[in-house]
Amino acid sequence: MNNYKHNVLSIEKSVDGRRGIKYTPAKKSAEQYLPQNMLRKAAPKLPALSEFDTVRHFTNLSRLNVSLDTHFYPLGSCTMKYNPKAYEALASLDNFTSVHPYAPVDSVQGSLEIIYGLEELLKAITGLDAFTLQPSAGAHGEFTGALIAKAYHNFNKDKNRTEIIIPDTAHGTNPATAAMAGCTVVNIKSGSDGRVDLEELKKALSPKTALLMLTVPNTVGIFEKDIKEIAKLVHDNGSLLYMDGANLNALIGLVKPADLGIDIMHINLHKTLSTPHGGGGPGAGAVGVVKLLEDFLPLPRVACDGKKYKMMTKNKKSIGSVKTFYGNISIILRAYCYLRQFDTNTLKTIAENSILNANYVREGLRNAFPAFFDMVCMHECVLTLNKEKMPSVKTLDIAKRLLDLGFHAPTIYFPLIVPEAMMIEPCETEGKDSIDIFLGAMTQIYEEAVANPELLLKAPQNCPVKRIDEVSAAREPNLRW
Amino acid sequence: MFNANTKTNQEEMLKKIGVSSIKDLLKDIPGDILYPQYNLPQALTEADLLRSVKTTAAKNKPLSNYIGAGIYEHFVPSAVNAISSRGEFLTAYTPYQAEASQGTLQAIYEYQSCICALFDMDVSNASHYDGATAMAEAVSAAARIKNKKKVLFTSALNPEYRDVLRTYFAGNDLVKFQEVKIKDGITDLEDLKANLADAAAFILPTPNFFGCIEDAEAISKIVKENGALLIAHVNPISLGVLATPGSYNADFAVAEGQSLGNAMNFGGPGLGIFTCKKEYVRYVPGRICGIAKDADGKRAFVLTLQAREQHIRRERASSNICSNQALCALNAAIYLTLLGPEGIKEVAQVNIENAHILKEKITSLEGYSLKFDKPFFNEFVIKCPVPAAKIIKAMAKKGISAGYDLGEVSKDMKDCLLICVTETKTAADLDNFLNALRGI
Repeated sequence: MNNYKHNVLSIEKSVDGRRGIKYTPAKKSAEQYLPQNMLRKAAPKLPALSEFDTVRHFTNLSRLNVSLDTHFYPLGSCTMKYNPKAYEALASLDNFTSVHPYAPVDSVQGSLEIIYGLEELLKAITGLDAFTLQPSAGAHGEFTGALIAKAYHNFNKDKNRTEIIIPDTAHGTNPATAAMAGCTVVNIKSGSDGRVDLEELKKALSPKTALLMLTVPNTVGIFEKDIKEIAKLVHDNGSLLYMDGANLNALIGLVKPADLGIDIMHINLHKTLSTPHGGGGPGAGAVGVVKLLEDFLPLPRVACDGKKYKMMTKNKKSIGSVKTFYGNISIILRAYCYLRQFDTNTLKTIAENSILNANYVREGLRNAFPAFFDMVCMHECVLTLNKEKMPSVKTLDIAKRLLDLGFHAPTIYFPLIVPEAMMIEPCETEGKDSIDIFLGAMTQIYEEAVANPELLLKAPQNCPVKRIDEVSAAREPNLRW
Repeated sequence: MFNANTKTNQEEMLKKIGVSSIKDLLKDIPGDILYPQYNLPQALTEADLLRSVKTTAAKNKPLSNYIGAGIYEHFVPSAVNAISSRGEFLTAYTPYQAEASQGTLQAIYEYQSCICALFDMDVSNASHYDGATAMAEAVSAAARIKNKKKVLFTSALNPEYRDVLRTYFAGNDLVKFQEVKIKDGITDLEDLKANLADAAAFILPTPNFFGCIEDAEAISKIVKENGALLIAHVNPISLGVLATPGSYNADFAVAEGQSLGNAMNFGGPGLGIFTCKKEYVRYVPGRICGIAKDADGKRAFVLTLQAREQHIRRERASSNICSNQALCALNAAIYLTLLGPEGIKEVAQVNIENAHILKEKITSLEGYSLKFDKPFFNEFVIKCPVPAAKIIKAMAKKGISAGYDLGEVSKDMKDCLLICVTETKTAADLDNFLNALRGI
């Protein structure tokens, strides 16, 4: 039994006078160094807790989470694969964590070697010619890519290219990115098989098209089999082709994106390259480009003269910096470690097993929750509900019941073109045994949904809290103590 | 390497799917590009990997660090990483399923609360990528709120931030930046007044890039009289003693939060702190956690106000950001909880004292003087008798990273060294610094 009362805030446990850390105090007060009018008037309302209080508080908070280390976590599009522990040990080495970004270049050769090394590995696995590791996340990478495309067209005095074509299956970040980059979004409808409709694409392409943003495989988990023709249409139109690499786990070791005709892509290091998701970040969104676009990459970039690494900070064509310094180094380091554990023979097993697992799930749930597009899928499958059999049940209810049975839920209600969508991505690091248990739970939920839907509508019952009324939070926002 | 399926597993699964090989699942991929050759080095076992990367790590030669300029070295209590490295925090994702993510959500709520308390601001989001990108988001919000394009910043804004701002708004027509002059290291109030007409906002870093603390109250008054918004950028540790953005009526306050419980890590990941007044909450980018009720009426935590966000509003969202720097924010929450109201004041005071002691020592040497005679927190500019680059090189040979060469920013400041001293330095360290400098 745990007598821990789970939702008590640290501030509510505060005991005046308690401290979690002490410093050797200053000899003189701040007033003796600085003018009175520049000083803080009242102490901040922070918790006053001992180190032990703090450790117990946050450790108990951690136990309220479902996580990858503790649970099957088939969150589609997020590639929740196992995060190897050796990389954690290496990322916390003092020699990596204690260096300042402006430290003399001779004193940071190790960190530069890692950055350069990961760029080389990413070039090898994608076939692209150059990378930046500066962006902090996938969406940040998309933004970087859109700016590179604009800079390229501007450089060619092709300034009217202000439109970005985006299929209706795309992640919300794609259109939001286009808007941030100052472009107009041209949405195109997908075909009846969930793929890009070539006729729709032809209609949307115009002299104003800067870029087509395409997720490959797409968010329905299906490979764009016309990708080469798509690339040709885009290129013949003088536009560029951007690949949202959120789903690279389906292609790694099988296909080099450059061979598909991709000009720019981002890779979510926290997805395909196994760096931990951290409860929402930090991740990293490396961006790769073909030779033609290399000069437009953000600065600074790492160069090597064969002996020493250095920073290049100047290039007139560059879009500039998209964040301070060189990127999320501790994430970059973990991704580097991951790729160093594969070679040309083993790299393909990542995608192969992720695809095998997804199809096994799709097939195993055929009778309970059918795939919306009934065909072979890549690394994830998108299922829907049979509403005739379970009229009162929604996908949300299925998700909440899964929590009760000890699983994280799939991604739900995405992609938007699939009604009552459940997007399941098991990842290659799960085996048949754990997937079978998941399939058993899903089958049980299906039977409950048909026979006893009340059980689902009331779920979850076994989580730290019952179902949350999310609307209640937005009505009168309470965002802090 | 980390695949779980055995060969037997694979065979059973293929049979269930109704195909004979994995290749049968790849028929949509054009055959001529499937299974290319990869030019990868030999795969490493875990033991080999540890050996290899430790060898690379040894090529870093960490020096005794006196550089700040946006990333700061502070002591990180052991409890911080002990907690945040727990798999339950480390390997969870964005808390989409709130009932199964109450740990992460409550931690975000506590982070937001600690930041609001420290900054004296109404609202904090769940965090942004870094200080500069948080600033760019505040600029974007201010321009939209005021429906004006002109945004001002001073020449004392961190050059990395300027570069990021320029990049963020190069592609669109939302913002036009204009620079306000500085005088003796701080904002030239006359030039500020002269430029404020029709401006959406003024960006005020304090302490600024040269370490000088600005007269934020006077500046705020001028900005408000001219109908513009104030975007403050602060050093979060300094708020243990310095006046808060809330106290001088900032509309937005942003910061690089790395200094709160996160290592320098060669500059990343950072922690973008984003705060604002409550009337601007609908303009906030990214995740926000709020309190809700569960079916039993009990307190629970959820991501809220999501109608601002990209997954709902798509091209009309307040930003394209999808993630936050959750783990860095968790570190900051644990750090501020450990320090509490007394600890944050104490550490800030030690920073001030150490910096002032080293300033006294250096300026006692012949030829060295304080470039800007203004109040400072833990960073100050020293005018040197020789180029700063030469000093940095010579000091590095003695194991000391002496500071940031301001010649990188301005040709007129080639003899200026930006030095940062935090609580991590002992009296003996400061003596060493002086002895090393004396020998140059």
